[in-house]
Amino acid sequence: MSGPDETSPDETGRDQTPKAGSEETHGAQAAQGPVPPPEPAEDDDAANLPARRGEERLSEPVVRTGMFGTFGSSDTSGYGRLQVRRPPPIGSPRPYGSYFDDVADALDTALAGGFGDAIERVVADRGELTFHVRRERLPEVAARLRDDPALRFELCTGVSGVHYPDDPGRELHAVYHLLSITHNRRLRLEVSAPDSDPHILSLVGVYPAVNWHERETWDFFGIIFDGHPALTRIEMPDDWKGHPQRKDYPLGGIPVEYRGAKIPAPDERRHYS
Amino acid sequence: MTQAQTPHAAAGASDAETTEGRVYTVSGEDWDEIVAAANEARDFESGERIVVNMGPQHPSTHGVLRLVLTLEGETVAEVRPAIGYLHTGIEKNMEYRTWTQGVTFCTRADYLAPLHNEAAYCLAVERLLGIEDKIPERAQIIRVLLLELNRITSHLGGIAPLGLELGATTMYTQGARLRERGLDLLELITGLRMNHAYIRPGGVVQDLPPGALEAVRAFLDTAPGLLQELRRLVDANPIFVGRNKGVAYLDLAACMALGVTGPMLRAAGLPWDLRKSQPYCGYETYEFDVPVTDSCDAYGRYEIRVAEIEQSMRIIGQCLDRLAARGSAGPDKDPVMIRDAKIGWPASLSLGPDGLGPSPEHIKHIMGQSMEALIHHFKLITEGFRVPAGQAYAAIEAPRGELGAHVVSDGGTRPYRVHLRDPSFNHLQSVAAMCEGGQVADLIPAVASIDPVMGGVDR
Amino acid sequence: MGLEEKLPSGVLLTSVEKVAGWARARSVWPATFGLACCAIELFQTGGPRHDLARFGMERASATPRQADLMIVAGRVSQKMAPVLRQIYDQMSEPKWVISMGVCASSGGMFNNYAIVQGVDHIVPVDIYLPGCPPRPEMLMDSILKLHDRIMNMKLGKNRDRQITELEEARLGLTPLRLAAPEEAQL
Repeated sequence: MSGPDETSPDETGRDQTPKAGSEETHGAQAAQGPVPPPEPAEDDDAANLPARRGEERLSEPVVRTGMFGTFGSSDTSGYGRLQVRRPPPIGSPRPYGSYFDDVADALDTALAGGFGDAIERVVADRGELTFHVRRERLPEVAARLRDDPALRFELCTGVSGVHYPDDPGRELHAVYHLLSITHNRRLRLEVSAPDSDPHILSLVGVYPAVNWHERETWDFFGIIFDGHPALTRIEMPDDWKGHPQRKDYPLGGIPVEYRGAKIPAPDERRHYS
Repeated sequence: MTQAQTPHAAAGASDAETTEGRVYTVSGEDWDEIVAAANEARDFESGERIVVNMGPQHPSTHGVLRLVLTLEGETVAEVRPAIGYLHTGIEKNMEYRTWTQGVTFCTRADYLAPLHNEAAYCLAVERLLGIEDKIPERAQIIRVLLLELNRITSHLGGIAPLGLELGATTMYTQGARLRERGLDLLELITGLRMNHAYIRPGGVVQDLPPGALEAVRAFLDTAPGLLQELRRLVDANPIFVGRNKGVAYLDLAACMALGVTGPMLRAAGLPWDLRKSQPYCGYETYEFDVPVTDSCDAYGRYEIRVAEIEQSMRIIGQCLDRLAARGSAGPDKDPVMIRDAKIGWPASLSLGPDGLGPSPEHIKHIMGQSMEALIHHFKLITEGFRVPAGQAYAAIEAPRGELGAHVVSDGGTRPYRVHLRDPSFNHLQSVAAMCEGGQVADLIPAVASIDPVMGGVDR
Repeated sequence: MGLEEKLPSGVLLTSVEKVAGWARARSVWPATFGLACCAIELFQTGGPRHDLARFGMERASATPRQADLMIVAGRVSQKMAPVLRQIYDQMSEPKWVISMGVCASSGGMFNNYAIVQGVDHIVPVDIYLPGCPPRPEMLMDSILKLHDRIMNMKLGKNRDRQITELEEARLGLTPLRLAAPEEAQL
């Protein structure tokens, strides 16, 4: 999900460094000093031409309108008609760069050629590799990633959820970060589920460490991990209603009272997004 | 049960079922057989298993951790940790603040090592911005200096309560004494003893004040001696050793399965330290060792923490040398915040006759000299900078283990989602693996050897 | 409470008040209620530099039954609130509460669903101590102010009268007028 976000004509006039397949990596290469920026991708693929990119952008739904969080007749900012669209989901083309190709190839071998079935999309961005995994295939992919000698991602450092209400059919994402101590590599797995069917298969059998993380993700987002031994609330009180970190759950603050003024709670204030 | 079916060792002993349960009549020296038989029968109704709540308010649980124990005598049959008593909604709050203001929130997660939280978050934001290699060198050195100083105070903040909980209050006062000196330095440099909000995306917020280098040198002169006093008191103390050696055993396979990193993993024999394997902030240019033992127990973790304090002092010495070599060239030649006008925090504070405020040079610049600077100042302070859409995960070696920040941006001035992967959250899952089957009294050094900080666990 | 509550007002009661106030103030035992970052500053206040033991307060009683003072140090989450109330109820009279830090006093910077916006929603607070976190010196200042109050606390019938007087004085305070020092009593 990278790519420059053109929110307004000349708002972000800063340097647009190329993002896809960037050379900034963890680990081994970091010690070599500042890395020169990569050459712009010289592909004749029409997908990268500005006109094509513009069509992609305009076909995305609008996620925000206006500026400063004001709407209606009181909005004198002049930005009332501004429409911000959701950034289009990108997939990185091969070659991904650094160790990412090795990981993808090794996983393909481990899945006996089923890489394309299990992985919907690969994003290699800002020095990190993300596999968007189909949720039915998640435990199998995770088991291969853990056990295959060329992969050996022994540690799963955790699961977290992200709620994208603007992405119908794929609202709830669960993000797993894996770490390979043997090969000194990192990987991210991302699984999505719709709000209407928020079930994702649990990885407790593969990585017992995610036990509490899955409970936390259930607590905060409502993602039900099938196969989890004890999916209960962990951070909120046991009888709490709702899943607090979803975008449709209010922040829940109270107005701040001063002498002579009352400032609304943080989620109701003016904002500059 | 008739007498014929249950043989007894001593003559005259019998058992019978009554309305109150099974009643044993003992006549001779066969108490061991009775107890063994009762244990084998798993006679729960007789009340041998009790459920005890080491509640959220407890002097020895390192914060508001609740442990529900099922005890058989002194043996812990089951332990279930319950957390969430300090859940603050930090991650959700950060979605309603700008990227820079988010630092003030994430700093309060793991409150014993606040600079580490800030560093993880800022590294993730910098990766999203694409400015990882544009952070000024001076800022990186100051970051390393403060991170190591924070590591020292954090480890002491774990070791001192360990002593207090075991009843060794002098360990507590010794640790607090040394920690106080570290906090003095942090206050001198950042302005606050805790929750500093000093490391910000793009660098650090202010340069070192005059006299800081000398103060840190003075600390490095006296601190090793104070640490040695603590060690002389404790390291070979038979009670301390007896309570910590062999307690809370967690071997390498268990660590891998439970996602354990940090001193606990290094106590299991694996020399994994993110500062060495995936360096950040220039750590690859510093010389330091990674202490490792293979005892897998609480005593090994204590030894590693003390050794890490010593290594941190070594790193701080190197930082001081570098800063001294750079001299004080001033903010133009040797900045501490990135020079990108659309990202770097503009306001440089200085102490004037009426208190702390923007420095007069800065005001003169933005009001009289440069319209662009005024605009940048205005926009950065009201709205903040914009971060291109995407997600990043930056992990650092916090005192407790791998502290990661997963940051998702949708292209706006506020984070879309920030998740802090706190090491103590993972490590508390291992309490059951470490303590079940052991004694109740071993729970205390076990939890203390994890050194959990409930602010990070619950966020 | 005790015999001292049943004494009739007079010279005897006044002398007893003085002695009782002096005794109570000199060994206030705090209940360990450190929750978050403020607990770390509380822990440093017990350290050698800012020494709580000089007030007789280093014996922090883990059991609320023997504690006099509950220093609510840190943010109180919704899950922790019933526990807080239960510990407060388990403390025996006389008891005092210092809400240490802005999170305990008013919810602090966490104006959200998870944090109780001020511990005075749950327990009656005697001293509010702002700061994020307050320095150990600030904590000691608040403890000394509490000691003043304890010393001047009256007993029995005088106490009821004192409470009524203070209540009326407080109701008459407008936000712009600060309480004079002699009014700053329990």
